[in-house]
Amino acid sequence: MTDKTNRDMPAVQADGRRKIKNDIIFIAVLLVAVSLIGLCVFLIRGEGDSVTVTVDGKAYGTYRLSDDVRVEIRTGDGGEHVNVLVIKDGKAYIESADCPDGICASHRAIHREGESIVCLPHKVVVTVISSDKNAPDVVV
Amino acid sequence: MKNTSKRVAFLGCVTALALVLAYLEILLPPIVNSIPGIKLGLPNIAIIFVLYRFGLRDAAIVSFMRILVVSLLFGNPMTFAYSVAGAVLSLVVMTLLRKLNFLSTVGVSVAGGVFHNVGQILTAMVLLGTAELGYYLIVLAVTGTVAGILIGLCAGVAIKRVPNLKM
Repeated sequence: MTDKTNRDMPAVQADGRRKIKNDIIFIAVLLVAVSLIGLCVFLIRGEGDSVTVTVDGKAYGTYRLSDDVRVEIRTGDGGEHVNVLVIKDGKAYIESADCPDGICASHRAIHREGESIVCLPHKVVVTVISSDKNAPDVVV
Repeated sequence: MKNTSKRVAFLGCVTALALVLAYLEILLPPIVNSIPGIKLGLPNIAIIFVLYRFGLRDAAIVSFMRILVVSLLFGNPMTFAYSVAGAVLSLVVMTLLRKLNFLSTVGVSVAGGVFHNVGQILTAMVLLGTAELGYYLIVLAVTGTVAGILIGLCAGVAIKRVPNLKM
């Protein structure tokens, strides 16, 4: 605000300074508000309708959350490792696994889109997806 | 209204300027190309300028014309729908904030930028039938704010420097 058009106009200068201060407050409030809205949307994000299983990055299978199923995910060279995936009441979880740490089996049941259970020792990833997600990307 | 022809001519020039700015923006190397919807929004310098000098009606006309032409030249019907939704919301919010007169062009421009994105996301939610895009708004709100600050500074300078034509 050291502009020469304003140098002789203290009132305009003061007004400008007040507005800049307001700008900063306004931007801060706006960002906080949008972040809160975004957080809410994130927390209530949509339910997925299927889980997809990958083993070592390769697709293993896709199962609908609406069906109650029990799948033995066999991994390793001769299928010697096993993770038991159970889908019940619209949620998926690993019921049991023979991996050393058992982290996957203790993971809570997943059902929201994007949630996943990972078994690192067996390289098994179970991710919730929504199958109508094949819509095109946003073109703006 | 006096000097209608002068006003029409001037607004025509500003619309042309907005189009050139839109083209310039396409030529600029994209900073974050992987995320759609992130744009500097250079034409909005012209839109904000018209909003401050001539008011909502003329700003809406210039904005609509530039969206129409840019969509015809570089876009598709989808870009048109997204842009119109964004522009309507952004113009309404900017007009209100301008009337309240407690923010400089920077604040007004930031609000315009963010609400432009809000309009686009809402349109996308309706058109694609998914609420999942909501979280995407956080990203766009941040980038919209940054773009809004830059555009607001430019528009402020333009409003101050461009001589006021007697109309």
